[in-house]
Amino acid sequence: MAQLNTKANIKAPDEFYAELLAVHEGLSKAESDALNARLVLLLANHIGDREVLSQALQAAALKEET
Amino acid sequence: MSKIFEVPLYPYQRSPDQDAATPVRHPVVVVGAGPVGLALAIDLAMQDVPVVVIDENDKVSWGSRAICFAKRPLEILDRLGCGDPMVDKGVIWNLGKVYFDERQVFGFNLLPEQGHKRPAFINLQQYYMEQYLVNRVRELEAEGKPIELRGGAKVTDVSQDEAGAELTVSTPDGPYQLKADWVVACDGAASPIRTLMGLDFTGRVFEDNFLIADVVMEAKFPTERWFWFDPPFNRGQSALLHKQPDNVWRIDFQLGWDIDRAEELKPENIDRRLKAMLGEDISYELEWSSIYTFQCRRMDRFHEGRVIFAGDSAHQVSPFGARGANSGLQDTDNLAWKLKLILDGKSPITLLDSYDTERIHGADENILNSSRSTDFITPKSEISRIFRDAVLDLSERYEATRPMVNSGRLSVPCTYDGSPLNGPDCSSMPDRTRPGSPMVDAPVPDGWLLDQLATEFRLMTINLEAPDRIEIDGIEVRRLALSSADDADGYLTQRYLGDANTAVYLVRPDQHVAARWDHYDEKAVKAALLKAIGR
Repeated sequence: MAQLNTKANIKAPDEFYAELLAVHEGLSKAESDALNARLVLLLANHIGDREVLSQALQAAALKEET
Repeated sequence: MSKIFEVPLYPYQRSPDQDAATPVRHPVVVVGAGPVGLALAIDLAMQDVPVVVIDENDKVSWGSRAICFAKRPLEILDRLGCGDPMVDKGVIWNLGKVYFDERQVFGFNLLPEQGHKRPAFINLQQYYMEQYLVNRVRELEAEGKPIELRGGAKVTDVSQDEAGAELTVSTPDGPYQLKADWVVACDGAASPIRTLMGLDFTGRVFEDNFLIADVVMEAKFPTERWFWFDPPFNRGQSALLHKQPDNVWRIDFQLGWDIDRAEELKPENIDRRLKAMLGEDISYELEWSSIYTFQCRRMDRFHEGRVIFAGDSAHQVSPFGARGANSGLQDTDNLAWKLKLILDGKSPITLLDSYDTERIHGADENILNSSRSTDFITPKSEISRIFRDAVLDLSERYEATRPMVNSGRLSVPCTYDGSPLNGPDCSSMPDRTRPGSPMVDAPVPDGWLLDQLATEFRLMTINLEAPDRIEIDGIEVRRLALSSADDADGYLTQRYLGDANTAVYLVRPDQHVAARWDHYDEKAVKAALLKAIGR
């Protein structure tokens, strides 16, 4: 069974984090909210696995230790 | 020329029952001559169950109302002998477009699966459907089938004991009493019978109003379903355009909750909306307009003693997804053969409990789907609007999120998983035809598979020998023998064999699978049949 990866998995994490902030630069709160929603949907589609997505939703809601 | 919904089709006539010294008793009285009541009556009469339909009106319903009929209901209508006029007259459509704001986000093709007699959907005004059903009633009358349609008769009281129900019926000649072994209330979402009996109808109310305008116009729009989210001509709301026969177009405007109904229904205001949507220079005739709100709710039980509820009287859904009339027809499909067996004394009265179990399962599925559509169309919170808009924005560029766009999930029949009537399954066979599922159509040497199944139990065999006829406690089961040698396109194999080489399907009178095996075992078939009839 697929399992949500909660171990560190991104190479050069500082760069990713900077890029994440950069894409929001200059956006209003509403525009940023919309961008975040689009990002969630694209990543979710990339993952695809319903089991993993459910685990991620629970983990993001800080509901369960994974 | 008068419209068909202006012509009395079953005007009030005095019935001999009104002059009887004591109330006349009928096996089944159906209250309501809408699509559901008429379909049920036809189904019963074709099985020689005497049935009286009463309705306070005498015409088909005014305005087009239900417009979209899905494949399974068309197959049911085929079984009832009135599928052809529906499909001949109806508009078949497969293409749809979704707009968001000022842009077309994407177009889709439903790409209906091949190897079916009937299309995935047709659009047809409800009044045509009702007329074809009334025509069929007349045809059955002419054949001497026990069916009677009484217009101008309104039920004003209902009472019951263990043996049956009694109705008070008011007519232009005054009231009379009528007795029935079974009363089936097909009297719509506002069901007077349900109200008379004080039964609950609970669920979720959606705080929204929709304006329907059915307009007749010569328009060059293609035969497609167009849906708008937040368009410039209806800011913050949605809109729908859909074609019906005779150049009638269904236009649906979402209005929101705080509106002035009388103001919105004024022709000049409808005209303003239509012109903003379709252009200043359109010319049209307004056939029908109405403002509706909707609920998603159902009764706790679909029968109470001798009174049974079917269609909107038992369950109500939002119109997105065409699940009203479509699910009502599936109720009658489920109910008619069970009533027949009970009236013939071949099944215990408790068989009716399976009508509740199976159709509540169907109603809950419909309510779930239509609530989800409604939540997408009308986001209930800021974050749900953010996600809804994100789905639409992404869908313009990427295929990824298009399956999430929900402007109505169109009605598909439900599988009665876990039904007490289901018998053994065979795991090497396709999932879609597991016990509880409606039979899936396929081409067979004599035409179409579903046309080979009458309203009776059948044994369908593929690639093996079995008796052509068996009798189980007074119930005759004939065999339909098929072979994959005659299955050039492979539909039968794909839909019924899967990984198995041979198959035996026990099929119910409503064309749902009761049980299936990869070999013939008479004892097992008998046991499954008895289970399927509630014994």
